[in-house]
Amino acid sequence: MTTILGINVFALLGQLLVGLINGSFYALLALGLAIIFGLLRIINFAQGALYMLGAFLAWLGLQQLGLNYWLALVLVPLAVGAIGILMERTLIRPIAGQDHLYSLLLTFGVALILQGAFNHWFGSSGQSYPIPDALKGGNNLGFMYLPTYRGWIILVSLVVCLATWWTIEKTRLGAYLRAGTENPQLLQGFGVNVPVMISLTFGFGVGLAGLAGVLAAPVYSVSADMGANLLIVVFAIVVIGGMGSIGGAILTGLAMGVIEGLTKYFYPQASSTVIFMVMVLVLLFKPAGLFGKEA
Amino acid sequence: MNDRISRTLSSVVLGSALGLAALSAPASQASLSDDRVRLGVLADMSGPYGDLCGKHCVEAVNMAVEDFGGQVLGQPIDVISADDQNKPDLGSAKAREWIESQGVDAINGLVASSVVGAVAQVANSAEKPILISGAGSNTFTTKTCSPFNAHWTYDVVALARGTVSPLVKSGKKKWFFITADYAFGHALENVATGIIESNGGTVVGSAKAPLGTTDYSSFVLQAISSGADAVALANAGKDFVNSLKGASEFGLSQQATMVGLLVFASDTRSIDADIIGNMRLTTGFYWDRDEATRVWSKRFMERTDGAVPTMAHAGAYSSTLHYLKAVAATGTDDGATVMKHMKANAPDDMFARHATLRADGRMAYDMYQVRVKTAAERSNRNDLYEIENVIPGDQAYAAMIPECDFK
Repeated sequence: MTTILGINVFALLGQLLVGLINGSFYALLALGLAIIFGLLRIINFAQGALYMLGAFLAWLGLQQLGLNYWLALVLVPLAVGAIGILMERTLIRPIAGQDHLYSLLLTFGVALILQGAFNHWFGSSGQSYPIPDALKGGNNLGFMYLPTYRGWIILVSLVVCLATWWTIEKTRLGAYLRAGTENPQLLQGFGVNVPVMISLTFGFGVGLAGLAGVLAAPVYSVSADMGANLLIVVFAIVVIGGMGSIGGAILTGLAMGVIEGLTKYFYPQASSTVIFMVMVLVLLFKPAGLFGKEA
Repeated sequence: MNDRISRTLSSVVLGSALGLAALSAPASQASLSDDRVRLGVLADMSGPYGDLCGKHCVEAVNMAVEDFGGQVLGQPIDVISADDQNKPDLGSAKAREWIESQGVDAINGLVASSVVGAVAQVANSAEKPILISGAGSNTFTTKTCSPFNAHWTYDVVALARGTVSPLVKSGKKKWFFITADYAFGHALENVATGIIESNGGTVVGSAKAPLGTTDYSSFVLQAISSGADAVALANAGKDFVNSLKGASEFGLSQQATMVGLLVFASDTRSIDADIIGNMRLTTGFYWDRDEATRVWSKRFMERTDGAVPTMAHAGAYSSTLHYLKAVAATGTDDGATVMKHMKANAPDDMFARHATLRADGRMAYDMYQVRVKTAAERSNRNDLYEIENVIPGDQAYAAMIPECDFK
């Protein structure tokens, strides 16, 4: 086997690829948070719970309605997005304009309620969701065995991330969205229905969490607390990338996946904390985040 | 006038009757410390270990109380419960409150070893028995043993011996560990390593995964590149589920034998049969073992909305029953007297077979080596195991150390 400085290169390549897989996952979740914060200035702590909801809806759909994976991949994000819109209309709108802490606490409360309810209904040991037949198996890349489904996760995440980034940064629709955050009154004056736009944006950001939930269901145990641990990591990623920077969230997500993967290889005990160490360093030296604009 | 006399008379009669009742009550409960026997069930009710014991352990204890007749020495038995959230400080505070101000006579449930350690300190000094039904660390009958500990369902030694030694003997010599990075995981790995080495095997590597890791692919890749022919998962609950799923996905399961060191029936049920099928593991209870366990489990499932009973649930039932029998036989709820009687008399119920509660507090009984059924073999979703081997208690558990000989 090829080794450099006592490190098995093949093993290292494997770890890098696995890091990239997890990173694309982080990117997808961070993207949703970054959109909601960057465009709407809402700190959505329910994002993890909505990710869990996405996974559970996919599982329930399969168990109760025979809804297959491919349909779930389309319908569940829409359903979660609709729930998000409902949440925005009924809960978040009344406190719009207040300090960010209010939306943080409110969404945190929603997350706890959702998590508690699913724990009560479905227990703590988790449900299993089969990998769809078309994505079973894998390929031997020489340095590692890549399961087809993990390749699929990278593909979907990257496509969705790039498309979203492009829409927000490069199209007229994106320009409206950005204008809506800068000066809603003026945009309203141009005949754009800003409240509807806000609802739809929130719904989209939340729908991304639902999509990530469906993608995760076949590889992780579907359980009530699946989003809780992940959420904190994803928030750290958004902070490192720069609160509200959409491209930053995507790139940081990928990078942190790789850093975490390497830590798991060299010193696994630190793998659950390494992202937070990076966060502390970034906050010390570049408080606005790697890609954020200094206020 | 007559009316008034008769009323006076009746009140006198009634009054004295009440007085007599009041006087006679202490006579019949002379040896109970208060007018009831109260059992506390302390466990993780809503967190990661909720399904393996949790609220269903409360139900199991209630079943034991009902089977016992609901009262002992003419006084009622009641059951109270609390969620320890896997936090030792919360657990010990609750235990103190229960013992000091709520008259709790014995504590059951007890899942996370860290919580049990904290609760044991409180209960040991108050001389109240603890019936440990869910925890795995073997310190409660070694380093921190006490006359008031009854460690019921299993421990790390029994699991490692039962699962690991037959595999090493059958030719699996190179082992890799994926270990939960906290006291329980380390203890399990240490005990298993000792068994592997004493049987001529070697440990080629170990990855310590933080508790609650979701993605195990990095650790699985390390196991693959180690070239091990057996990979032991020294973790529990969701960590076990996620690590096993990762192993199957990345092809580790095809290359090496996967070994689950602590697997509850609730975990087995939550993993695809295709992934966990044919795995060998050790358990203290399987609901479908024989008629007695089936009858009990059917009742349990009716009361818990179809939950599959784990060894912790069955252990909580068994330990409660044995405790109540001892209270009835000795006529007291005094901890020391009851524990002595529990040790002098063998537990015997649908769970505890060929059992003895040793002087060190270890309940040694028949453990089972089982093979997880494949999807094709299962007739329903609770049809999980085939029992391959029964391990007698004296072989399953480590011998008593002399310092812990509390007769």
